Amino acid sequence: MQVLIPGALRSYTKESHVEAVGDTLAALLLDLERRCPGLRFRIIDEQDRLRPNMRIFINGLGVRELGHALRPGDFVAIVLALSGG
Amino acid sequence: MRPTATVSPTPKAATARGTPTAPSRLVLLVATRKGAWLFHGDRKRKTWTADGPHFLGHIISHLQIDPRDGKTLLAAARTGHLGPTVFRSTNLGRTWKEAQQPPAFAKPTNALPPRSVDHSFWLTPGHASERGSWYAGTSPQGLFRSEDGGNTWAPLPAVNDSAAFREWMGSAQDGTPDGPKLHSILVDPRDPKHLYFAMSGGGVHESRDAGRNWATLIQGMEVVEGMDAATVTFHDPHCVRLCPGNPDRLYQQNHCGIYRLDRPGDSWQRIGRKMPKRVGDIGFPMVVHPRDADTAWVFPMDGTTVWPRTSPDGRPAAYVTRNAGKTWQRLDQGLPASQAWWTVKRQAMTVDAQPAPALYLGTTSGELWIGHDEGARWSNIARHLPEIYAVEVAELA
Repeated sequence: MQVLIPGALRSYTKESHVEAVGDTLAALLLDLERRCPGLRFRIIDEQDRLRPNMRIFINGLGVRELGHALRPGDFVAIVLALSGG
Repeated sequence: MRPTATVSPTPKAATARGTPTAPSRLVLLVATRKGAWLFHGDRKRKTWTADGPHFLGHIISHLQIDPRDGKTLLAAARTGHLGPTVFRSTNLGRTWKEAQQPPAFAKPTNALPPRSVDHSFWLTPGHASERGSWYAGTSPQGLFRSEDGGNTWAPLPAVNDSAAFREWMGSAQDGTPDGPKLHSILVDPRDPKHLYFAMSGGGVHESRDAGRNWATLIQGMEVVEGMDAATVTFHDPHCVRLCPGNPDRLYQQNHCGIYRLDRPGDSWQRIGRKMPKRVGDIGFPMVVHPRDADTAWVFPMDGTTVWPRTSPDGRPAAYVTRNAGKTWQRLDQGLPASQAWWTVKRQAMTVDAQPAPALYLGTTSGELWIGHDEGARWSNIARHLPEIYAVEVAELA
């Protein structure tokens, strides 16, 4: 499935869209890590919690649970809610 | 998050701190809220060339060189939203690579709540005999060690997963405004297994077996009025330094005064009582002379009423003792005489090891200063940088 990568993370992927597989969000992130080492730890922390301001949308629906089931053809958007000064 | 840096001169072997040698080239390592800079000095320390920004937009808490090879740099980095990491350069900042496994807490194996590293705050190279070893202190408080030049980091469970330490660390509500910190990681130059660290808050701690067991060193340290000094969590050491000229002597700038500890004693003496009353003995940094253990410097800040954390009366000055804290002298020649409301954070003041050492400091308003002749004459190196978090000086042969 296609994964949209935010600008701040494209130093890991070199591209705005990455192809990855996984039947859950957790599995998808592991596959992304295999393809782009270091990327997973920028999205979730060492306790498997989504980092603050990091949002994930699946087919336009906001998801926070890493166990969320995925199907082939889903569109996953990783979005950074920028804030601060 | 994987930047490539600008060009800097070819490094040569670093000069070991402690022995005065012929004048060498210096590089200042400046970590700021918005990136890092290297300032290359000439042999007279009069002109400085900026190399940066490196990591523009990233919060760099500390930038350190490996004194064992004179060219490896580690940067403790965090962006607002991408979490903590460590960057490494093996060519003095010409190129950088991200650590494969940055400091991260283990998943809990006991009843203690899980923790996540917010940022790495402090970096200390390991002992001279342990090439590639480094220590990192984090926020929330954690202690980590690398044995491969900072590429992978392992937590020290005797600190990070200890119920006693976790109680002493307190909560985010007890810590400094941008998070409680483990800092001042010190390695005894005579013994790689002899370590110290401090926590804001949470006291000073010592290990003699490479971090497997720890003893608390808070005797003689004062706490905020009304609190119990026997409670470790109430102790807030801001910066602790070990004297290269006498590793049995430690100096400390604390939330509640300036202290000295002479080992094997275990009771701190409050030497800040001899500071002028109108200035006080509150501040962040503590700097020790590279050879003379009786000489140390502080940079006081206003710790009255609501703790403005500015220079007292808007008149910044360093203070030096040359007799281990019996007396102090003001050093402000060249610094602004009035209306300068900045201060200096705990990692943002240091000294070189030249025959006539110079001090260096970075301000919360983004100014970089040199204090020639041990702080007797101050002059500005750079202005308009972001808020400076840390300044280190490295000597290149």
